[in-house]
Amino acid sequence: MAEAFKFDLVSPERLLVSQDVESVVIPGTEGELTVMATHAPTMTSIKPGVVTVSADGKTERYVVFGGFADILPDSCTVLAESAVHVDDINREDLARRIQDAREDIEDAKDHESRMRAEEFLHQLTTLEGAILPA
Amino acid sequence: MASLKELRNRIASVKATQKITKAMQMVAAAKLKRAQEAAEAARPYAERMGTVLANIAGAVSGTDAPPLMAGTGKDDVHLLVVATAERGLCGGFNSQIAKKAREHIRALLRDGKTVKVLCVGKKGYDILRRDHGDLIIDRVDLREVKKIGFENAHEIARQVIGLFEKGEFDICTLFYSEFQSVMSQVPTAQQIIPAAVPTGEAGEGSDAVYEYEPDAPSILADLIPRNISVQIFRALLENAAGEMGAKMTAMDSATRNAGEMIDKLSITYNRQRQAQITKELIEIISGAEAL
Repeated sequence: MAEAFKFDLVSPERLLVSQDVESVVIPGTEGELTVMATHAPTMTSIKPGVVTVSADGKTERYVVFGGFADILPDSCTVLAESAVHVDDINREDLARRIQDAREDIEDAKDHESRMRAEEFLHQLTTLEGAILPA
Repeated sequence: MASLKELRNRIASVKATQKITKAMQMVAAAKLKRAQEAAEAARPYAERMGTVLANIAGAVSGTDAPPLMAGTGKDDVHLLVVATAERGLCGGFNSQIAKKAREHIRALLRDGKTVKVLCVGKKGYDILRRDHGDLIIDRVDLREVKKIGFENAHEIARQVIGLFEKGEFDICTLFYSEFQSVMSQVPTAQQIIPAAVPTGEAGEGSDAVYEYEPDAPSILADLIPRNISVQIFRALLENAAGEMGAKMTAMDSATRNAGEMIDKLSITYNRQRQAQITKELIEIISGAEAL
C-alpha cells in the first residue's frame, strides 16, 4: 500500500474532501498529473476536468471547473472554482456552462481572449463527453 | 380618553403586529443559522487562498506583479463598493454600513479625490442616493437571489475588474458588515484593489522551492482576480449572516415592545371598563334613592 498524504478539496462554498489519501489525479493545465506522497512542491492551475481520489482501495471522482492545486510533499490542496461529486453533477448546469462559454467566444473582442474562450469551451465539451454516459 | 371600542381595536392591532414580528424573528433565526453555516463553510477556501497567495507573492518579484496587485501608482479615483442588505427591518444594520461609507466619501471628497460608488443591495442605494446620488455609477441587485453563491460574487468582481482595466479608478474599497455575533455587527472597510497581500502566514511551506505550471506570473495573474471574488464573496456572506442577526435582535425587541404595549393597553382598558360599571351603578343607585 502506498504511503498516505493529506488531501483537501475546497470550493468557495464548502470543503468537499479532507482526508488521508494514497494518490490523486489532477487535471493540470499542462496535462494531467498524479500526485502521490513526497511529490515535489508544485503549484499548478487546473482546467475543467475530473479529480480522481484514491484512498483505502476506493476511488472517488469529482468534477472541477478550473482552479489551483498547491502540492507539497506531505499535503495537497485543490482550490477549485467550483467542484461537485461526479454522481451529483447536474446535466443542465453543465449545458449552461457550455452555453456561457459559447457566448463568451462570440463576445470576445480580440484574438487572444477568443482563443482562451475557445480553449475553455473545448475543455468543457471534452469533460462532458468524459463524465456523461452516452 | 379613548372609548372602550377604540381600545379594544388598538389591542387587537398590536397583537396582530406582535404575531408578525414574532414570526419574522423566528424566520430570521432559522435563516441566521443557515447563513452562519454558509459563512463557515466558505472559510477554509479563503484561508487556503491566503496561504497560497502569500507563498506565490514571495516568488514573484515586484516588477512582475500584475497591476491588480501593484495598483496604478495613483490614488486619484476611488471606487467604493458598498454592500448592504436587500431588505429593511433589521435595526441599524444598513444605516451603519451606509454611514461608514458616507464618512469615507466625505473624507475623500475633502481631499479632492474623485469618488465612484457601486452599490450592492437595495438599501444602501436608497440611503446613499439621497446625499451622493451623482456618485453612484451602478447598483447590483441581489433581491432575486435566495442563497448567495460564489457566482454572484464572481459577477461583481468581474464588473469591478472590468472597470479597473478600463482605468476607471485607482483604488477600490469594499464596505460591508463583519459578523461578530448575533448582537454585534461591525461595519468594515477593506481595500481590495490594489490587493493587500496577506503576510505572516507565509511561514508555512514558503521555504519549499515551488515548481510552477505554467509559470508563477501567469498563475498570479489568475489568482488575484479570483482572490477579489473570494473577498467579495466573504463580504456578502458576512453581510447575510449579519443582516439576519440584526433582524433577529430588532424583531425580538419589537416583539417585547408590543408585549409591553399590550399590557399597558389592557390595564387602561380594564380600568376604564371598571369606571364605566361604577358610573352606571352610581346612576342606578342615585336614581333609586331619589324615588
